[in-house]
Amino acid sequence: MISREEVVYVARLARLHFDEEELVQLQGELSTIIDYVNQLGELDLTGVPATAHAVAVKNVLRSDVPRPGLTQDEALANGPDIEREHFAVPRMS
Amino acid sequence: MDAYELTAHRCRRLLASGQASSEELTTAFFERIEAVDGRVQAFLRVSRDEALAQARAVDAKPREERGPWEGVPIALKDILCTKGVETTAGSKILKGYIPPYDATVIAKMRAAGLVFLGKLNMDEFAMGSSTENSAFQITRNPWDLERVPGGSSGGSAASVAAAEAPWSLGSDTGGSIRQPASLCGVVGMKPTYGAVSRWGLIAFASSLDQIGPFARTVQDAAALLEIIAGKDPLDSTSLGLPEPIRVPTATELTGRRFGIIREYLGDACEPGVRQVFRQAVAAIEALGGVCEEVSLPSMESGIAAYYIIAPAEASSNLARFDGVRYGHRTAQAEDLLEMYTRTRSEGFGAEVKRRIMIGTYALSAGYYDAYYAQAQRTRTVIIRDFETAFARFDYVISPTSPTVAFRVGERTADPLAMYLSDLCTIPVNLAGLPGLSLPAGFSGGLPVGLQFVGPHFSEQGMLDAAYALEQKLQVNTVPPNLEVKP
Repeated sequence: MISREEVVYVARLARLHFDEEELVQLQGELSTIIDYVNQLGELDLTGVPATAHAVAVKNVLRSDVPRPGLTQDEALANGPDIEREHFAVPRMS
Repeated sequence: MDAYELTAHRCRRLLASGQASSEELTTAFFERIEAVDGRVQAFLRVSRDEALAQARAVDAKPREERGPWEGVPIALKDILCTKGVETTAGSKILKGYIPPYDATVIAKMRAAGLVFLGKLNMDEFAMGSSTENSAFQITRNPWDLERVPGGSSGGSAASVAAAEAPWSLGSDTGGSIRQPASLCGVVGMKPTYGAVSRWGLIAFASSLDQIGPFARTVQDAAALLEIIAGKDPLDSTSLGLPEPIRVPTATELTGRRFGIIREYLGDACEPGVRQVFRQAVAAIEALGGVCEEVSLPSMESGIAAYYIIAPAEASSNLARFDGVRYGHRTAQAEDLLEMYTRTRSEGFGAEVKRRIMIGTYALSAGYYDAYYAQAQRTRTVIIRDFETAFARFDYVISPTSPTVAFRVGERTADPLAMYLSDLCTIPVNLAGLPGLSLPAGFSGGLPVGLQFVGPHFSEQGMLDAAYALEQKLQVNTVPPNLEVKP
């Protein structure tokens, strides 16, 4: 069973906030899912290499030629708060 | 015009012979959408004005100057960035987001002259198996409006099943094309990882995601795959297909070898599904195919490995939604950290948060080797199991989904029960293989799909085999409940 403290800790890492009721529910749901995936721990996979991509390609390079990208206006068009052609954010504490 | 008659190939023929204009075809689909989408709710947005302008531009061109598919309409899962058209991935956090660029598949379809009818509903960020995780609406199964269409590409499957579009695009990370295709009685294909560019596909789990076609016929699915496949300098994992896809025409399976995955023959799948599957196996044998059981023991670890790998990748991919550059931003925040946290907590739905939490947990210090590395080793074992099977068989087959379409609300309270909907489809993504779901029959009036799985880049042979079986089975693709009252 994953502890309440662990849920709070992981939520902070994930930049998520949960209220008290959500925390209780999440603690139960995550425990069920983690119990289920714990079955992998029972497999003996000594010496089996890990696979990150099933159809792996290596060293994919392209020629270093500049090409047009988004204009500044296009890149800023979806920004929720734009000031003097920059993304504006609240202060860091 | 009867929308069900309008497969993409039929649209193409009508356009080529001058019997219909693109504007007439496009209008026919908008009329169908107007008549049935209030009940089906497959579309998040219809682009009537843009589509009709696109269609008229095609009609204004001399026929001999048009490409083969120019003027044929299509509908799009709302996870594909479409320049100038709101694209939300079914999430509140992207409400109002207008991509400044086209996904590569969108650019390819524009170049082919396809007419975009609109954007289709989906589980938020493609996380789900019923489309009930959409932040906006619940899509219904055209075969029974009380039931889900499957997911996450539920809108893509339902729109084609309801003849609101001749074909559509979806994306598949653990079954999100094949499972809804199965539940809605249409053809759905997940290509080999790398066959289709992922550029502009809003990322869920980058090592698993692939874009693929939905259609009412195998020939249409083959043609759409040919339009969208290809190596792309904008996606360094893309490879394209070894050869252009031909539209399949073979009607026998003589000498083809099919392995029946033993692990899915028992109680894993409900009896009605098993019965339809057995009848389809008999049809394959009647066509000259050889079917034998094959054991792939690691399939049983597929869901566990997937529910570490996919959330781990998702927790990293979804870190970009921070309220700075696009999408939702919270109305009240004193400082930057609070802005991030409030924005994400307000913008993401419950299932997306759950998966971010699982992924963050699995990747956090002290757990990485026990979970993520172990899941990746399991992935290797799954790949080896398939390789062993493909030494003996051309394709392995199973039911696509363990059950027929379930009722709206039936699995929402139990996330793990929902995850088990993708039992037969998930290992295919982990191994990067192509998979296709073909309508095989009905159980209790609800569609059942048969899944073909083949070696990497075996799409052509798989489409050929699926076409032969489709011609033999002649499964009805017209749901009885959606007749339009005159």
